[in-house]
Amino acid sequence: MKIEVLGTGCAKCKTLYENARKALEESGKSGELVKVEDIPSIMKYGVISTPALVIDGKVMFSGKLASPAEISGMLP
Amino acid sequence: MLKSFADHIVFNLFGLIPGSRAGEALDFFIYDTLKIFLLLTTIIYVVAIIRTSFPPERTKRILAHEREYVGNVMAALLGIVTPFCSCSAVPLFIGFVESGVPLGVTFSFLISSPMVNEVALIMLWGLFGWKIALIYIATGLLVAIVSGIVIGRLKMEKYVQDYVWEMQVGNSEIKVMVWREKLEYAREYTFGLLKKIWPYVVVGVGIGAFIHGYVPQDFLAKWAGRDNPFAVPVAVALGVPLYSNAAGVIPIVQALTAKGMAIGTVLAFMMAVTALSLPEAVILSNVLKKPLLATFFGIVATAIVIVGYLFNALL
Repeated sequence: MKIEVLGTGCAKCKTLYENARKALEESGKSGELVKVEDIPSIMKYGVISTPALVIDGKVMFSGKLASPAEISGMLP
Repeated sequence: MLKSFADHIVFNLFGLIPGSRAGEALDFFIYDTLKIFLLLTTIIYVVAIIRTSFPPERTKRILAHEREYVGNVMAALLGIVTPFCSCSAVPLFIGFVESGVPLGVTFSFLISSPMVNEVALIMLWGLFGWKIALIYIATGLLVAIVSGIVIGRLKMEKYVQDYVWEMQVGNSEIKVMVWREKLEYAREYTFGLLKKIWPYVVVGVGIGAFIHGYVPQDFLAKWAGRDNPFAVPVAVALGVPLYSNAAGVIPIVQALTAKGMAIGTVLAFMMAVTALSLPEAVILSNVLKKPLLATFFGIVATAIVIVGYLFNALL
C-alpha cells in the first residue's frame, strides 16, 4: 500500500502527514508513506486544493484535514 | 443582554466608574469580544455547511463553462463560498486556467475569495451594523468583477509562467459528502477557524478598545477625514504590507472611524489589507510573470481607491 500526502508545505499539510503516519502506525498495516510537495505531481491527480490524501493512486479527499482515526478507516 | 452583562462585570464586579476612560475601554472590550465570538461561531458554522457543496474542484468545473462577464460575476460570487487557503493558491490557479477558465474570470475568483468572506461580513456586521456589512460585500464583489474583466480584456495570457500551460492536470472524482459528513466538516471547520483567528480578534478588539477609551474625539478627523483627498490612497498603500485578516483589522478601524476617520477610507483600507498583500504576491509570482503581477496589483488598488472615494462622497 502506498499513502501519499499532497501539499505545498502549509501547516495543515504537515498535520495531515502526521495524522497519516499515526494512522499507519496504529493500524499495524504495512505501507509506504510519502509527502508530495512538487506542483506537477500534485496536479497529476487533479487536486487543486491542499492538503489531499491519496491511497494507492486514488484521491480519498482534498482541501481538508482528517484525524488519524478517519484515515485508519480509509486504509485498505 | 450582552451589553448589560458587560456593564455588570465592569461597573459592578470591577467597580469601575461609568464614563471613566478605563471603564469605557474595558466595557467596550468585553461587550465587543462577546458579540463577535457569538456571531462568528454561528455564521461560520452555517457558511461551512454551504461550503461543503462548493469544493474548489466543483467551482472550477462550473466556471470552465462560463464566458467572460457572466463568468466574472459567477467567479466573484463563488469566491465567497468556495473554501481555499492561500497555500493552495498555486495549484488552484493552474487547475482553473488548465481547465479553460478564462484568465480574467480566474482573477475575479482570486480577488473576491480572500476579500469577501464570512469573517469580514460578521466583523463588520457586529461592529458597524448590517448596512456597512452589505455595502462592503457589494463593493468587494464589484471590485472583483470589474478588475477581473479588465485583466481579461488586456489579454495577458503570455504573462502566465510558461510551465503552467504545459502542466498535465489529471481528473479526480469529487466525493459528494453525506449530511453526517457535512455537519462534521462544518464543526471542524468552525473550531479550526476560530482557533486560528481568536488571537487576532482579541488583540484587534483590545487595540480598538484602547483607541475608543483614550484617543481624543475627532483626533483623526483632521488628517483621515473625508476632506483629505490623500487619505484614501495612503490608506490603501498602508494596507498592502500589512499581513492580517478581517478579524484583526476591523475592530481597529471601527475605533478609528469613531475618532473621525472617514468610512470610505476605512473600507478601502480593509480591502487593501485582505485583497492585496505582499505574501500573496510572493505566492502568485510562482504562476505569474512580473508584468501581470504588477497589472493585477495596479488594477485592484485603483478599483479600491475608487470605492474609497465613492463612499467618502456618499456616506
